[in-house]
Amino acid sequence: MKRLLTAAIALFISHAALAGVKIEHWVTPSGARVQFVESRVLPMLDVQVDFAAGSMFDPEGKSGLAALTRGALDLGAGKFDETAIAEQMADIGASLAGGADTDRASVSLRTLSAKEKREPALNILKSVLHAPLFDAAIFEREKARTIAGLKEAMTRPDSIAGKAFWAAMYPNHPYGRQATPESVAALSRDDLAAHHARYYNAANASISLVGDISRAEAEMIAEAIAAGLPKSEAATLPNAPDKPKWSLTQLAHPASQAHVYIGLPAIERGNPDFFPLLVGNYTLGGGGFVSRLMKEVRDKRGYAYSVYSYFAPLKQTGPFQIGLQTKRSQAKDALKVTREVLTDFLKDGPSDDELAAAKANLTGSFPLRLDSNKKILDNVANIGFYGLSLDYLDQYQAKVQAVTADDVRKAFARQVRPENLITVTVAAD
Amino acid sequence: MRLKYLLSVLLAAGLSTAAFANPYEMTLKNGMRVIVKEDRRAPTAVQMVWYRIGSTDEVDGASGVAHVLEHMMFKGTPNVGPGEFNKRVAAAGGRDNAFTSRDYTAYFQQVPKEKLPEMMQLEADRMRHLNVDAKEFAQEIKVVMEERRMRTDDNPQSKLFEQMNAVAFQAHPYRRPIIGWMNDLETMTAADAKAWYDTWYVPNNAYAIITGDVDHKEVFALAEKYYAPLEGRPLPVRKQQIEPVQEGTRKVTVKAPAELPVIIMGYKAPILRDIEKDSDPYALEMLASILDGHDAARFNKKLVREDKVALSAGIDYDATARGPGMIYLHGSPSEGKTVGDLETALRAEISRVQKEGVSEQELKRAKAQLIAGQVYKLDSMFGQAMEIGQIEAVGLPYQKLDRMLDKLQKVTAADIQSVAKKYFNDDALTIGVLDPQPLDSKPRRPAAGSRH
Repeated sequence: MKRLLTAAIALFISHAALAGVKIEHWVTPSGARVQFVESRVLPMLDVQVDFAAGSMFDPEGKSGLAALTRGALDLGAGKFDETAIAEQMADIGASLAGGADTDRASVSLRTLSAKEKREPALNILKSVLHAPLFDAAIFEREKARTIAGLKEAMTRPDSIAGKAFWAAMYPNHPYGRQATPESVAALSRDDLAAHHARYYNAANASISLVGDISRAEAEMIAEAIAAGLPKSEAATLPNAPDKPKWSLTQLAHPASQAHVYIGLPAIERGNPDFFPLLVGNYTLGGGGFVSRLMKEVRDKRGYAYSVYSYFAPLKQTGPFQIGLQTKRSQAKDALKVTREVLTDFLKDGPSDDELAAAKANLTGSFPLRLDSNKKILDNVANIGFYGLSLDYLDQYQAKVQAVTADDVRKAFARQVRPENLITVTVAAD
Repeated sequence: MRLKYLLSVLLAAGLSTAAFANPYEMTLKNGMRVIVKEDRRAPTAVQMVWYRIGSTDEVDGASGVAHVLEHMMFKGTPNVGPGEFNKRVAAAGGRDNAFTSRDYTAYFQQVPKEKLPEMMQLEADRMRHLNVDAKEFAQEIKVVMEERRMRTDDNPQSKLFEQMNAVAFQAHPYRRPIIGWMNDLETMTAADAKAWYDTWYVPNNAYAIITGDVDHKEVFALAEKYYAPLEGRPLPVRKQQIEPVQEGTRKVTVKAPAELPVIIMGYKAPILRDIEKDSDPYALEMLASILDGHDAARFNKKLVREDKVALSAGIDYDATARGPGMIYLHGSPSEGKTVGDLETALRAEISRVQKEGVSEQELKRAKAQLIAGQVYKLDSMFGQAMEIGQIEAVGLPYQKLDRMLDKLQKVTAADIQSVAKKYFNDDALTIGVLDPQPLDSKPRRPAAGSRH
């Protein structure tokens, strides 16, 4: 299946000089989904493998398992010990990256595309994905480092606020559970091996490749990655989260600034309200320096350096979030102004001028979303992992253009109900 | 010829000086330079305007004014109302921001390429016609204080770094934080910001860098149209300020709410001034790569993985700056270890290089990473503009970037051993320790601990 971005972009760009970002998609014989963009300009290759293996799959009482499993993958695998992996990657100027979030565990590789560089790099990548050792001594070391990091995070006002916010938004869903020193201390090396065996399989994988290789080469690489993965089934999702009841959590902290979060679980990836919410949120708090929140909270009153709102659709209902930091003595005032801005927006939606400005930016900035291999990789990995339609990028500008003010009001009315809003403050007087 | 083949020729030739015209450069009659790097990969463009002015040019009592003025640059001119600059960039489908460092202040826009002329017009307008309105200033200075609270006051590690520099430098202005001391922000006025602008924001103190899908001739014509009419003005003489030689170890402790202790060991280090004649900065860069360039580099391998004395350990060294240099070793001790234990371990690693040197294998690895990095950096237009901007900001010509790489490739194991012996000297050392304090009444792990 081949789709051209060029057509969509040509509508908006006067000189359609873009060579064409063409996403090729197929499923490997082993059952892994693949996205490939051939880009021959620079002699480099990016590969990202995403698994539905994020923290939402941590069993109750074992929070932290997904992150620790991902972290331990490249600390010894197949015939390579952790030193060999790092040294041999460095020898060829390649590097491994990635991590685990709520939904996915990712392993990415950036390498030069010349065969004598790329092949050893891909061999290490395959070992890391297929045969991680989960060495017991290394596991204990990483566990201790993780626990220390969690204890440190528990002293930071932004981390404390973030954890409390997610816990309050998702009281009965894995998104609300988070690693603690205790939950990590209870993990064993075998838990990691079991998590890997269960979730790092082909049916659960999305492989994205961008760079200086041919389609035939991409097919071979993808299948070699997929074929050696543990044999298992696609992950099954828990029940979708409920909407919580309105609540306010106030936590004490000695910091000079209060951290304020307001939000609720809003939409999952692929929800039809996504484009109206995206366009509307640009005016509310997504449009950088030109949003209403920025104008009222920062420009007019000097309450905050950073104030924003965003929707983060996830595999299951992901959050809508407003955030700011302000001097602790004025937290109440800043919170009041923020709530007024939100209430007004929910009532009236964007003005005609605001709607036009939002569309102009979101469509006009589209080329900036795709002007490097790294950005193209991020986009196609998202499309692949979340199963978005392959013409998502082709359709993006038209879908933004089609949004009306009424669409925005209705989508916000459906997804951002005041009776479900969670507020968390840390260090507010 | 496709770029990849050009590159492989370049790389094969050991990165010898490139003979290509790209980037292109011109100087306007008002003294402003315009550098254009064409990159046709995607229909976008980046404009950056750099001013050779940063916090190092401030005086006591007015710390932070360079950064405050950077904020005020978005507050309007007679032609463009307050907040209008951001609005116009957003309407063009662009992204914009600015940053202030010790040595420079820079402004940038990333836009679809056909919007570049408007961005150049906007940037030229605020170069000479800024309104520094007292009412706007009164709001914005509060925003900057919030920024200071967020970045420094509530961030124990930033606070430690701020305090360390205030102790490591006594005469040189690098002792002052870029964001400014809170009291200086509290007493700053719109007139202070205006005076800063009037003194330093002139075309002969600026240069523009444009990268992306552009034709350099068209960009030069636009620069003639928008930037050339701005009048240049002589700049005040900037007297060189030299930090007196440090004559003994200095120590500073910061107490702040945190869990993990931190130690930073900062040694006075050389800065690259003469690309051809200097050699020590190149050797120190390669040493830093061998100690901390990848996950199995010496610090992580020995201190974190094998001996488990540290949760993390690293080294920071920047060979380019207008002012004096430092090389920083830093880390957090593991549970059951003290900052004293970690200090001993860091010293042992330095001592190992001093006594035994580094292996050819390690050096070769660091060089391979450098070469690959040269390819990867071309993936970002913004990154390419940054690279040119930063090197020019410290007074070195961007045309010599390849020559610098060449010099790095020529560093030998003996050079590295020699700089390790020369610069890790206790008399030039400043030690900063973060002593974590409880949020409540619970006791924390002790940070203190005797060495040896």
